[in-house]
Amino acid sequence: MASNEFNPEDLLFAETHEWVRLSEEDGAKVATVGISAFAVEQLTDLVFMELPAVGTQVEAQQEFGEVESVKAVSPLYSPVAGEVIAVNDKVPDELELLGQAPFGAGWLVKIKVSDDAGLANLLDYASYQKQCAEDG
Amino acid sequence: MRNTLATKLLFELSQPGRRGARLPACDVPEQPVEALLPAAAVAESPPPLPELAEPDVVRHFTNLSTLNMSVDTHYYPLGSCTMKYNPKRNERLASLPGIVSLHPYQPEETLQGMLELLYQLQQMLGEISGLPAVSLQPAAGAHGELTALMVAAAHFKELGEVRTKVLTPDSAHGTNPASAAMAGFQTVTVKSAANGLVDMDDLRSKLDDQVAVFMITNPNTLGIFDDQVGQIADLVHKQGGLIYLDGANMNAIMGITRPGDFGADMMHFNPHKTFSGPHGGGGPGAGPICVAAKLEPYLPSPVVACREGRYELEWDREKSIGRVRSFFGNVGVLVRAYCYILTHGPAGLRQVSENAVLNANYLLSRVKHILPVPHGDRCMHEFVASASQLKKDRSVTAMHLAKRLLDYGFHAPTVYFPLTVPEAMMIEPTETESKESLDAFAEALFRITDEPADRLQDAPHTTTISRPNEVQAARQPVLKWTSD
Repeated sequence: MASNEFNPEDLLFAETHEWVRLSEEDGAKVATVGISAFAVEQLTDLVFMELPAVGTQVEAQQEFGEVESVKAVSPLYSPVAGEVIAVNDKVPDELELLGQAPFGAGWLVKIKVSDDAGLANLLDYASYQKQCAEDG
Repeated sequence: MRNTLATKLLFELSQPGRRGARLPACDVPEQPVEALLPAAAVAESPPPLPELAEPDVVRHFTNLSTLNMSVDTHYYPLGSCTMKYNPKRNERLASLPGIVSLHPYQPEETLQGMLELLYQLQQMLGEISGLPAVSLQPAAGAHGELTALMVAAAHFKELGEVRTKVLTPDSAHGTNPASAAMAGFQTVTVKSAANGLVDMDDLRSKLDDQVAVFMITNPNTLGIFDDQVGQIADLVHKQGGLIYLDGANMNAIMGITRPGDFGADMMHFNPHKTFSGPHGGGGPGAGPICVAAKLEPYLPSPVVACREGRYELEWDREKSIGRVRSFFGNVGVLVRAYCYILTHGPAGLRQVSENAVLNANYLLSRVKHILPVPHGDRCMHEFVASASQLKKDRSVTAMHLAKRLLDYGFHAPTVYFPLTVPEAMMIEPTETESKESLDAFAEALFRITDEPADRLQDAPHTTTISRPNEVQAARQPVLKWTSD
C-alpha cells in the first residue's frame, strides 16, 4: 500500500482543502499540490478526477481540475499561480491512492510558482484541522 | 405479491413465434425483400426483436411502473424539487382535443385561441414576477437561465460594455455556474456567511465593473429568504450589473413578494415546480423567463403580441437574440401552468405559498431535535437538516437515513445538497401534503433513528434493488444489454 511520504505538519492548507508542499527545483520555487485526508473522507467514494495538462497556466484560487464522488462534483482550486510542470497521471486511474496516501503518492500536480501571493491565504496544519472540526 | 417473472427483460421473456396480434394471410403476391431493395440496404439478419403476447407486455410495463415511487403513490419530500401533487384537472384540460390537435404550422387566424392563452400567460407571469416582459420559449429552467444570460450579454453589447463575469453564491444550484459558462462568462463564487445568507463582504470584494450578472436564488437553497437582497441589488446595479433570480423557489413567495420588486432584472419560472407541469421524466419541460422592460428588445423571437384584438407571433424584433426553441416551446406544459394559475387566482396562489411555508415549518419543528437544522429553526418552503451528529455518534449518515426511509414507504429527501451543509438532508414537504402525512414522515424518522445502525447501513431491505455499487456504476456503467 502507498504511504504518506509527507508529514502534514510540514504542509500548508487552503480553506478549500488543497495542501501545498513548497520545494526548490533548479532554483525555482515549486509547489506540490494535493487534497487533504479530510477532503477525501468528506467526498466519500470517488469516481472520477480531471487534472490539467503539463504546461497549463493556473491562477491562485482558480479551478485547475475537478474531482467527482458519488455525492457531488467538486472543483480543485490552485493555491498558487504558476505553470503546471508535472501531473500525477496515476491518480485518475487509481483513485484509491487518494484514500491510501493523500499526503504522498496521491499528490496531484507540481506547479512552478510565478506569484506566491496566494500563499499568504494558506493555513498551517493546526489551523486547518480547527477549520475541519468546525465544518464537521 | 411481486411478480418477478413479468419484470424480466422483454428479451428474456421472448418466445419464438409468440405474437400480440395475428394478421390474416397475405392476399397479394409476396416478394423477397432482396428483390425490393438494393443489397447494400438489406441487413445481414433481421433485427432481434422480442416476441411476446399482449398480456406479457402489459404485465411487464404495469409491474415495472409499480417499482418506482411517484407523487401519485408516495409522499415525496425531495428538497429543491418541489414535488407537489399536480391536480388531474390540469392534465385533463391540457388534453382537450382543441389543444392537442393544433399544429404549429396552422395559419395564425386558426390559432387565435391558443395565442390568446399564451398571451395571457405572458401577462400573468409578468404580474407574478413583477418583471413585465416575458418569453415562453425556453424548454427548461436551466435553458431559461442560459436564455436570460444571452439577453444580458446582448444588453451589454449594445451598451458597448465588456463584462466577463457572473457571480453565484456557493449555495447556488449547479445549473447557475453551468449556464454562465455556456453563455461565455467566467463564474466567480461568492461565499455564504455563517447564517447561510450571502456574505456581503465577500460580495463587495468580488464586485466590479466586470460583473455582468449576479445570480441569486431567493429563498435560497437552504430555504432562507435572503433579506439583504435589496441591498445586494443596489450594490450590483451601482456597478452597472444585473440581478438574475433563479425562480426555483417561487413556490415560497407567490403573491407575497415579487422578484421585480426586490431588485431582480431577470428570472425564470420552473412550471414543473410551481405551476403543476409534469415532474421529471426528462421533459418536455418549460422555463419561461421574465425580464425588466429595458431588456424586452433582446428577448427571443417570436413573442406573442396582441394588436387590435388579434393575436400574432411577433417576429420583427431587430435586437432579439433570436430563437432559442423550435416552434413555440413546449406548449403543453404552458397550458397546464395557465390552468393552474387561473384555477387558483391571486388569493389562491398566495395561499399555495403560505401553506408550503407552514408545512415546512411544522415539519422542521417536529424533527429538529433528532435532525438539527444548522441555519435556524424557521424556514421558508424547505429546510436543510444535518445528520452530522448521528454520523459522529453512530456512523449513521444522511445516505443511510435516506435509504431506510424507502423501506417505510417514503421517498427520500434530497441528500448532500447544498454542499455548504455537511450530511445535508434537504426536506421540502410542499403545500399539497396533509398534517397526517407530515406526522407519519416525522414518526418514521423517529423510529429509524432508534434502530440499530447496521439495520440502516444495509437499507433498503424491501426494494427490488437494494444497494447498487454506485462507484462501479459511475466508473463502468453497463448501458446496454447484449444477448449471449
